[in-house]
Amino acid sequence: MNDRDFIIGAGGISISFLIYWFIGHPYFITERIVMFAAIMLFSGTLLFFIRKARRGEEIFLRDIPGLKAVEEAVGRSTEMGKPVLFVPGIQDMDQVETVAGVIVLGHVSKMTARYETTLNVPVSRAIVMKAAQEACKESYLMEGRPDMFHDDMVHYLTDEQFAFAAGVNGIMVREKPAACLYMGKFYAESLILAETGNSIGAIQIAGTASQAQIPFFVTACDYTLIGEEFFAASAYLSQKPELIGGIKGQDMIKLIVIAVLLIGVVLRFFHDSGVIDFSIINFLTVK
Amino acid sequence: MFGEIFGAWIAVFLTLAIFSFLYKDNPFYKIAEHLFVGISAGYWMSMFFWTQIQPNLFGRLWPSEHYTDGIWYGIYNFFGMISSSVFPSGGIDKGHDIHMIYLIPFALGIMMLLSLFKKLSWMARWGIAYTVGMAAGLRAYGYLNSNVIGQLKGTIIPLANSDLPLFSLLGASHFNNIILLVGTITGLLYFFFSKEHTGNFGKVTRVGVYFLMISFGASFGFAVMGRISLLIGRFVELITYSSAQYHHATLWLLVIMVALLGYSAIIDKKNPEPDN
Repeated sequence: MNDRDFIIGAGGISISFLIYWFIGHPYFITERIVMFAAIMLFSGTLLFFIRKARRGEEIFLRDIPGLKAVEEAVGRSTEMGKPVLFVPGIQDMDQVETVAGVIVLGHVSKMTARYETTLNVPVSRAIVMKAAQEACKESYLMEGRPDMFHDDMVHYLTDEQFAFAAGVNGIMVREKPAACLYMGKFYAESLILAETGNSIGAIQIAGTASQAQIPFFVTACDYTLIGEEFFAASAYLSQKPELIGGIKGQDMIKLIVIAVLLIGVVLRFFHDSGVIDFSIINFLTVK
Repeated sequence: MFGEIFGAWIAVFLTLAIFSFLYKDNPFYKIAEHLFVGISAGYWMSMFFWTQIQPNLFGRLWPSEHYTDGIWYGIYNFFGMISSSVFPSGGIDKGHDIHMIYLIPFALGIMMLLSLFKKLSWMARWGIAYTVGMAAGLRAYGYLNSNVIGQLKGTIIPLANSDLPLFSLLGASHFNNIILLVGTITGLLYFFFSKEHTGNFGKVTRVGVYFLMISFGASFGFAVMGRISLLIGRFVELITYSSAQYHHATLWLLVIMVALLGYSAIIDKKNPEPDN
C-alpha cells in the first residue's frame, strides 16, 4: 500500500468513525473510551514508524550487548565442536514471550546452519515443538542446509515444570553444550537451568520478561535480555525495516506514556486542590 | 500400612536421587530424571485429555442433554463402540450445552495430529497460527489495560494529599510516591532503544538501571526465601521418614547411596575417562 492509499484509507475510517460518533454511536461503550483512544493512538504511532522504516528512512538503534553475544556464543560452540542448547521457555504459544523465543530461535538456527553447529532444542509444550521445528526447518532451508535439519533437534520432554528442568539438566551435563540460550517464559526452574549451565562452563544468554526470574538469570548468566530488550531482539537480529520501525514506534509510545504520566500528576494535583473538576484517575478507570 | 511404607521409601529414594545431582551426574540422578520426565509426560497427557478434551470439547459437541437418534449422535455412537469410557452411551454429561462452534478447535486439533504424516504436516501450521493470533488479539487488550493504563493510574501520584506524611518507612508517603514516579520514568527511559545512552540521557537511564537492579535484588531475596521454605519441606519429610515407623528409610537409603557413589568414585579414579 503506498502513502496515498494509506492516507485515503485512514482518512476514510476516521471520517466514518466521526459520522458514527455524531449519530449517537450505538453499541459503543463510552466508559471504555480511554481504551479505544489508547489502542488508536498506540496503533497509529506504530504504523507511522513502521511505514517510515519501510520507506527506507534510517533508524538508529543502540547496541544491546546480550544480542551481540548470541553470534559469539554460536561461534564459540562451533570452535569447540560442541552443541548449542536453546530453551524456548516452559509455556505455550499463547504467551508472547514464547513467541518471541521461537522467533529468536529462528535466527539462532540460521547461525547454527551457517556454522554447521549442532542445535538442541528441548521443549515442554507440543505446539511449541511444532512451531520451533517449523522455525528451524525454515532457517536451515534459507541457509541452504536442509540436509543438516532433522526433526529431533527440537524434541519434547514433558509439560511438568520440574521434570522438564531435570531433563534439561541431564542434557546439559551429558552433552556439555558450549552455549546455553534461554529465551522465553520461565518460572522457578530458571535458576536450576542457569546454575547447571554455569557449572558446565557454557556461555549463557537469557532473555525473558518474567519479572520474578530476571534476577536469577542476571545472577547466573553471562548476558541477560531483560523485559523489552528481549522483545526487541528479533528486530535487532533480523534488521527487517518493519520490525525496526516497530521498535522506534514503541520508543515513541514510551515518551507518550511519560508525557501522560507527568500531565496526569499535574492534573491530579489541581483536581485534589479543588481547582478543576476533571479527575484523571476516573478518566483512566476502565469500567 | 505396607503401601505407606513403600511409598515413603520411594519418595526418599527419589528425593535423595535428585539431591545427588549436587555431587555430580550419576546413575541415581539418571533414574530419577528419566522416571520424572517419562511419568510426568504420560500423566500430563492423560490429565489434559480427561480434564480438557473429553469434558470441554467432546462434552460440548455431544452433551447428554441433547441426545437423540440423529446422524450427529450416530457418529458419537460409532466412537462409543471404539471407546465407551471416552464416549459413554447417551452422551457426555458434564453440564454443558451443545456448541457446534467447538468443531473448529476439534478440526484444528486433528490438523495438529496430522503432523505425524509428513505430507500433511503443513496442516499443523493452521493450529499454531490460530493459537498465536488468538492469544495476541486476546491479550493485547488485557495487557494494555493492566500493564499500561493500570500502571499509569497507579503512578499518577497525589501531590496535594495533606493526609500523607512527608516520609514514612513502612506506609505511603510523599517521598515514596516521588520515588515511584522517578523509578517508573527512569526505568521506562532505560528501555529506550533509538537513542544512545550517553550524556545527560545516559545519566537518567543509569538511575533507571539502579531502580531495576534494586527491584531485582528484592525479588531475588523474596524468591530465595520461598525456595528455602520448599527445601525445609523436603527435609521435614526426610526426617519424618527416618523414623522407626518407616524402618529408617532415609538413613538406610542415604547410607546405601553414599556407599555406592563412593565406590563408583574410587572406580572412576582408577579408570579415568579421557577428556572430550
